[in-house]
Amino acid sequence: MNGALRPDLALIAAHVQPGVRVLDVGCGDGALMAVLRDTRQVDARGLELDQHNVAECVARGLSVIQGDADVDLTYYPDASFDYAILSQTLQTTKRPDLVLGELLRVGRKAFVSFPNFAHWRVRASLLWGGRMPVTRLLPVAWYETPNIHHVTVRDFRALVADNGYRLEGEWFLSGDRTISPAAAAWRAEHAVFLLSR
Amino acid sequence: MPNAAPQPVNDTLVLPAPLPLDGGQVLDNVSVAYETCGTLNPDRSNAVLLFHALTMDQHVVGTHPKTGKPGWWAKSVGPGKVIDTDRYFVICANVLGGCMGSTGPASLAPDAKPYGMRFPVITIRDMVRAQVALLDALGIGQLHAVIGGSMGGMQALSFAANWPTRTRAALVIASTARHSAQNIAFHEVGRQAIMADPKWKGGDYGSGKGPENGLAVARMAAHITYLSEEGMHEKFGRKLQDRAEKTFGFDADFQVESYLRHQGLSFTDRFDANSYLYITRAMDYFDLAEEHGGKLASAFAASKVRFCLISFDTDWLYPTSESRGIAHALNAAGAPVSFVELSAPFGHDSFLLDVPAQDRVIAGFLG
Repeated sequence: MNGALRPDLALIAAHVQPGVRVLDVGCGDGALMAVLRDTRQVDARGLELDQHNVAECVARGLSVIQGDADVDLTYYPDASFDYAILSQTLQTTKRPDLVLGELLRVGRKAFVSFPNFAHWRVRASLLWGGRMPVTRLLPVAWYETPNIHHVTVRDFRALVADNGYRLEGEWFLSGDRTISPAAAAWRAEHAVFLLSR
Repeated sequence: MPNAAPQPVNDTLVLPAPLPLDGGQVLDNVSVAYETCGTLNPDRSNAVLLFHALTMDQHVVGTHPKTGKPGWWAKSVGPGKVIDTDRYFVICANVLGGCMGSTGPASLAPDAKPYGMRFPVITIRDMVRAQVALLDALGIGQLHAVIGGSMGGMQALSFAANWPTRTRAALVIASTARHSAQNIAFHEVGRQAIMADPKWKGGDYGSGKGPENGLAVARMAAHITYLSEEGMHEKFGRKLQDRAEKTFGFDADFQVESYLRHQGLSFTDRFDANSYLYITRAMDYFDLAEEHGGKLASAFAASKVRFCLISFDTDWLYPTSESRGIAHALNAAGAPVSFVELSAPFGHDSFLLDVPAQDRVIAGFLG
């Protein structure tokens, strides 16, 4: 695999079958798309808010549209992708529940990854320090963070259950290593879920 | 560089067959004047067709024969440049209805007099059809890419929608899939300025300059739409032109007035007033969705073309919302499409100016 890829992206890349159609929502500089295209012959498309990131993607020869996950997913037809991917973006959207619904409308399956707000370091920061946490995965102070909807592993599982989505897979990361689902609620820094309707 | 830059080559093709037009008429003996730069490779796969904007022409790289200025996109097209003529065979043709060698209202009709207003009203698709005929004559079955900004972008869209097998990629910059009421309104001001000039004479002004005052006013009005408010303010502000005080008269007191007057007058040295009428009309008639049952996505239903759309945040003539709408339609059609809004202070004209992000996007998209 591509060693430069962020661990959650590497995890997703490892579970995408070759030759499928993928929409990467919040694709950043296109690192995951480029790997999927180059190593798995995936037909990858991207949606990204930041102008400089989009320019970077297009310069890499990727097909990426500048747009907003909260607004622009409505313009994609139903089931037009095998996978829709939302990595490290859910917590930045205005309505994560609606975005998740759109994700599972546009894609037959959806990968969603997010930093777990119930990780023990976050809990400790709140419990002992009484401060909003600034950690490796949440490096920005509360007043300027783009993460406006913090979510925990248990919150996300509840949202999935409430909406009747099917859980097809879940992976948890601590540092750069995968950890077991046991105690993931407080040990996982990062969670990756695979869902379908 | 060891090898000298290849010189652009200018030529004119007389189409071997009559050209059918959207308006129902047919034009015989259509000339298409074009410039090429670079070398067509043996399997004829490296050709790139550039479409020019309203007031430009085929002189994309080479020195303009009337103004003596460098080609309109010499900054971006040439050996080792963003559109690299060491790799690509670049073609740019003067549009049908133009006045730089392609058949237009100033051309001679079969009765050996200029067409004038007898020239049929043409469309963007007619312009493209003439250029497809040029590709046929050059033996180019499929282009590497079509590229156009502004009206050139409309042609690129029309090309990709109507001749989808003839190009692998389409790059559309600062453009739109249909002219808005505001776009039409500005063009109408220009046309009325020309037609109100007594020297226009119903379009029958012969081979002279004709209604140069009217054409200059048309250009002045249009030129405002090519600049951003911010860009104009920075360039001119309220600065006075070669004087310390206002004159309490109607001279060009302000620099912006002087600039616009100069733009208007110099335009009349190189552009034909009737051509301006016909080309602006073609732009106003442009509505790609209308041509395809009212749904823009249908225009691209059969297309395998890769698209890239670029807009500029200060362009209020063809604002970002237009490009985004095209991107959504292409998405709905399942076409591979990129879209990016770039920041540049120069308004609509940004696509012709120095915007490094645009260079990166174009180079990446062309591959």
